[in-house]
Amino acid sequence: SSHFFRQDIMKWNGWGYSDSRFLFNKKGQGEFTGKRYRLSGMILPSLKDWFEATFGTSLQHKTPATPTLNVSAVPPPNLVEPFVEELKVAGVAASHDPEGRVFRSHGHCLHEIFALREGRIGRVPDLVVWPNCHNDVVKIVELACKYNVCLMPYGGGTSVSSALECPLEETRSVVSLDTSQMNRILWIDEKNLTVHVEAGIIGQDLERQLNESGYCTGHEPDSMEFSSLGGWVATRASGMKKNIYGNIEDLVVHIKMVTPRGVIEKSCQGPRMSTGPDIHHFIMGSEGTLGVVTEVTMKIRPLPEYQKYGSIVFPNFQQGVSCLREVARQRCAPASIRLMDNEQFQFGHALKPQVSSIFTSFLDGLKKFYITKFKGFEPHHLCVATLLFEGDREKVLQHEKQVYDIAAKFGGLAAGEDNGQRGYMLTFVIAYLRDLGMDYYVIGESFETSVPWDRVLDLCRNVKERIVRECKERGVQFPPFSTCRVTQTYDAGACVYFYFAFNYRGLADPLHVYERVEHEAREEILANGGSLSHHHGVGKLRKEWMREAVSTVGLGMLQSVKEYVDPNNIFGNRNLL
Amino acid sequence: GGHLLQSAQSSRAEPASFVDILEERRRGSDISHALRAFSPPPGCGAPPPSPSALNKMVLESQHLRYVVAAESGKPQARVREEAAALLDEMSQNLQVTFIRLLGFALSKIFTRLFRRIQVNEDGLARLQQATQEHPVILMPNHRSYVDFLVLSYIMFTYDLSIPVIAAGIPLMGMSLIGEIFRRSGAFFIRRAIGSDKLYWAVLSEYVRTIVRTGFAPVEFYVEGLRSRTLKSLTPKMGMMHMVLEPFLKGEVYDLSLVPVSISYDRVLEESLLAHELLGVPKPRETTRGLLKARRVLEQDYGSMHVYFGNPVSVRELAKGRIGRGQYNLVPRDLPGRPSEESQAFASAAAHRVVRLQERGTVLSPWSLTALLVLQRPDGTRWDLLARDTLWLRGIALQLGARLDWPADLPDLEVMSSSMALHRSVVRCEEGCVWLVEEAGPEPVTQEEGVFRRASAVLMCASYRNQALHVFTRPAMVAVAMGTVPGHSQEDIYRHFCFLRDLFANEFVFVPGCGPQDFEEGCSGLQQCGAVSATDHELKPTEEERDTIVFLSAILEPFIETYQVTGDNCTLLYFSLRNCLSFFPSHFREIFPNSTRNPVTLRRDTEGYLPPTPTCCKLQCPNIYFRQSHCRIHPGSCSPTPLCGPQVATSSPI
Repeated sequence: SSHFFRQDIMKWNGWGYSDSRFLFNKKGQGEFTGKRYRLSGMILPSLKDWFEATFGTSLQHKTPATPTLNVSAVPPPNLVEPFVEELKVAGVAASHDPEGRVFRSHGHCLHEIFALREGRIGRVPDLVVWPNCHNDVVKIVELACKYNVCLMPYGGGTSVSSALECPLEETRSVVSLDTSQMNRILWIDEKNLTVHVEAGIIGQDLERQLNESGYCTGHEPDSMEFSSLGGWVATRASGMKKNIYGNIEDLVVHIKMVTPRGVIEKSCQGPRMSTGPDIHHFIMGSEGTLGVVTEVTMKIRPLPEYQKYGSIVFPNFQQGVSCLREVARQRCAPASIRLMDNEQFQFGHALKPQVSSIFTSFLDGLKKFYITKFKGFEPHHLCVATLLFEGDREKVLQHEKQVYDIAAKFGGLAAGEDNGQRGYMLTFVIAYLRDLGMDYYVIGESFETSVPWDRVLDLCRNVKERIVRECKERGVQFPPFSTCRVTQTYDAGACVYFYFAFNYRGLADPLHVYERVEHEAREEILANGGSLSHHHGVGKLRKEWMREAVSTVGLGMLQSVKEYVDPNNIFGNRNLL
Repeated sequence: GGHLLQSAQSSRAEPASFVDILEERRRGSDISHALRAFSPPPGCGAPPPSPSALNKMVLESQHLRYVVAAESGKPQARVREEAAALLDEMSQNLQVTFIRLLGFALSKIFTRLFRRIQVNEDGLARLQQATQEHPVILMPNHRSYVDFLVLSYIMFTYDLSIPVIAAGIPLMGMSLIGEIFRRSGAFFIRRAIGSDKLYWAVLSEYVRTIVRTGFAPVEFYVEGLRSRTLKSLTPKMGMMHMVLEPFLKGEVYDLSLVPVSISYDRVLEESLLAHELLGVPKPRETTRGLLKARRVLEQDYGSMHVYFGNPVSVRELAKGRIGRGQYNLVPRDLPGRPSEESQAFASAAAHRVVRLQERGTVLSPWSLTALLVLQRPDGTRWDLLARDTLWLRGIALQLGARLDWPADLPDLEVMSSSMALHRSVVRCEEGCVWLVEEAGPEPVTQEEGVFRRASAVLMCASYRNQALHVFTRPAMVAVAMGTVPGHSQEDIYRHFCFLRDLFANEFVFVPGCGPQDFEEGCSGLQQCGAVSATDHELKPTEEERDTIVFLSAILEPFIETYQVTGDNCTLLYFSLRNCLSFFPSHFREIFPNSTRNPVTLRRDTEGYLPPTPTCCKLQCPNIYFRQSHCRIHPGSCSPTPLCGPQVATSSPI
């Protein structure tokens, strides 16, 4: 049946589609399988050297994953029979098939995937239900209240905050409410440029279907291939092109959510209201603790006439940050502008596919010569910004010039469309790379923050350094890969993304080491004036800092909302609070 | 907890191997030393900005802009000009040519002044590594005008970045010399800054900018000034706050504080210091004065030791002690007083560094001898003095002192040659050892006679003071044991804490580390075999009773000067130092008595010890001047209470 469609084509213990993965072939060359991506089927000649040099690993030492799910290891479901019966009567699809339950028992935190690869199965939901529409959800929630079962909404499953982990202390029957069947565009309003969508729709489907009508939402989080609209609302997601289209809170016009108290929604679709605190802001970021988002009205835009990628090389990270800051000051940021540090720049190079012609390789050599020798850029300091412009052709070209002129003031050199485009393409395949690492004793993760402009540099340096030091202190044998990029610019600050990975050979409890280092890195972020999260959310992973982050009174406000909306903790995923 | 110190206190000082940097100078050419390739790797990989670029960074800083904008009543441009002028007065102008020039001159001077300049190379290697990682703060103790010259000379010799040095403004006033110092990396700080906000802003931003860029170590004396008594001084916090701030605000990942312990067999300014202590005003620093002091060059000052301690990571120190998030809600450049938390942290860090300086100090045999000579001010037999010095050496080593005691020479020779260096203070004739009176034209008045004799006593006391830190804590435990009826550790600790509070201005104690200090004192006594400790008791052993008596006696002059007495729960005390700051002229009257004729500590002191250590917070300091203290000065044996600005009078006992 279509209920299982996604889980059939996706990995049960790794990122993304089953057919797409990185591997080292028999010749030791890096390769990306499948047909879905631009990189698919390509040979990546420099990947092995980069991989071995960066992590101190050897392809001889493998740590393969358990190939298939051992169904007998899955705990038997704890079902409330009358609840299941009434669901059936109401015509809601449900299943306690072990594979489906395991598939919905986790997000993509390192510890979650690491455990699955080792075949370790923890607490999993006891039942999965697939509502087909808003009214189905209303029925499910009513029944859950009636029989006191715990509901955990499940959208795309791309959480990286332990939000989908079943709380160990939960003794009730846990039901995963999978929204994937609520995936229809209900109407498009061309007069107001809005679209009304069921919240289970996956990002890429929404975008593709709108594109067919000549529109887009422009909301493109890095996870958009798999993440859902409801998930975006529940976590306060941010899209790559927010500079033009805005983040989810800017895009949403109307939200319908089913809670144990009933349905919450506004009475009109006015573009802005002064009606007390915006109730949407109780919903956005509630991380599934209050109810299920079922339908959303969103802004749409006509598809842009013209798109152009670009890239700029800077002599060092500091200059790059100064340039981004200036771009933000002048409020002329392109649809997307991202700045990678030197380590990520080199990493990007390691993922360059085999060049097809001597001419391209000659050109590459020439470019390198020009930048390092002629312009005197230090190869171990230079960094690169990738850009994406959108709009009228003429305006894009004008805009492009403006940005490149600013960059020139900070020593930036235009480095071509290709590099830019590859940078964005890598965003989608980079998540697959962690699985490759885990085949060879390398574990890693990314995490993010937002920080005022004047602290960006200090925060980046201190957090990267802290990671390196903590790894060393905890016995990690080889210096970790500790790198960052600035992924969003705002008037008053920026969003910074960290990647961090290390070779865990020789460690008795690598996961514990990993978790401690990530914890210390977050402490460092907070000490340097960074936020607890820019868009990943809090989940259960970062809960310990919530009080510090929003003050005791702030936490109390959120708790009292929860108390009113869901006094019996039916939505018991225990995220956030 | 004081884990940083604890690791060091548990056992004896780890042996350090010293290398004499003058040896090569004596063999090789000074010119080629001065002209050799000098290319220290810049600190933290940052290329050093030119002095003018550095000044520009400071003047254009947001911090200065805030302060300039806040100066009301004057046109902004004027204020900016003023700031630029202050910066011009202050800033260093480091030039390699001058370093070379200085290197050449110092090779000449130092080889004449000193037999050896002993440096621990392992410490330098650690320093070298530290400079590569994080900004380094060099924190030497301050005993002589030549301290910073020696340090820069060592850095030059070992191809390390020449530090940027905080110097007092009087040095700048010296024609030519001031400019040479400036070009050798010194920057100049006014003495009395008071509430001049603009000056504070320029200075602190200047220091912070150097720390942030980290191109060269910043060097400053945390004691604030030269210790006239050669005893460590309680740290001054101004500079300390400035250097720590870039870390607390996250502008650097970490800072390394490197304690440097400088000790001299004989301090160049010894008689100058003694005179200053006796109330003769310090001569102004002038080039002419310096030239006059040439005769200093004609004397033998023995060896000096420079011990570079382990770099202390400020990040490690800060762990769990201070929240760095405190600056999250205001611009970091905004001028403002450091929070209480930061102040406490900076104070603890500064005290720690001074303690580490003390630990690193290398003592000459004479320091030990001086301690004994002072206890016998009317002369003693050489053979007895030598015997007791050897005995004292044993104790000092047990307590973890670093001694410069050549193993390849007979002990007697070591002691007599160390003492011979100080023939201006002490002389050995016909098997007897005497303190010398200062030479001068005859005849002298009675007052002058006292003055001249006092000067020798003071010099002797200064060399004793150099060794004092070794004995302070065990001695305090010993005194506390003597004032407690039983042997209860708890009671002893209570009395120990009283002494610790009492001597807070006299010796350096890390705030909040009372238990560690006590522990250190106790384990020191145990090391010497002077006490046996059980779970709750601390008992003196029969065999080593002498040690306890001796250690208590070390503190007696200090206890004496603090008249401890009380009525009801008001504690009255008199601090030599406090008094000094109000009434320098009275010093003459007090001092000789406090180093001579130590009276046995009266048991009845016990009766005045407060019931709990917290009572030691003296709410009502009353100062009394005991008549007996004045007897040496015939003119003024006034029994009137001394009244200072913070001193209330109360009925005499």
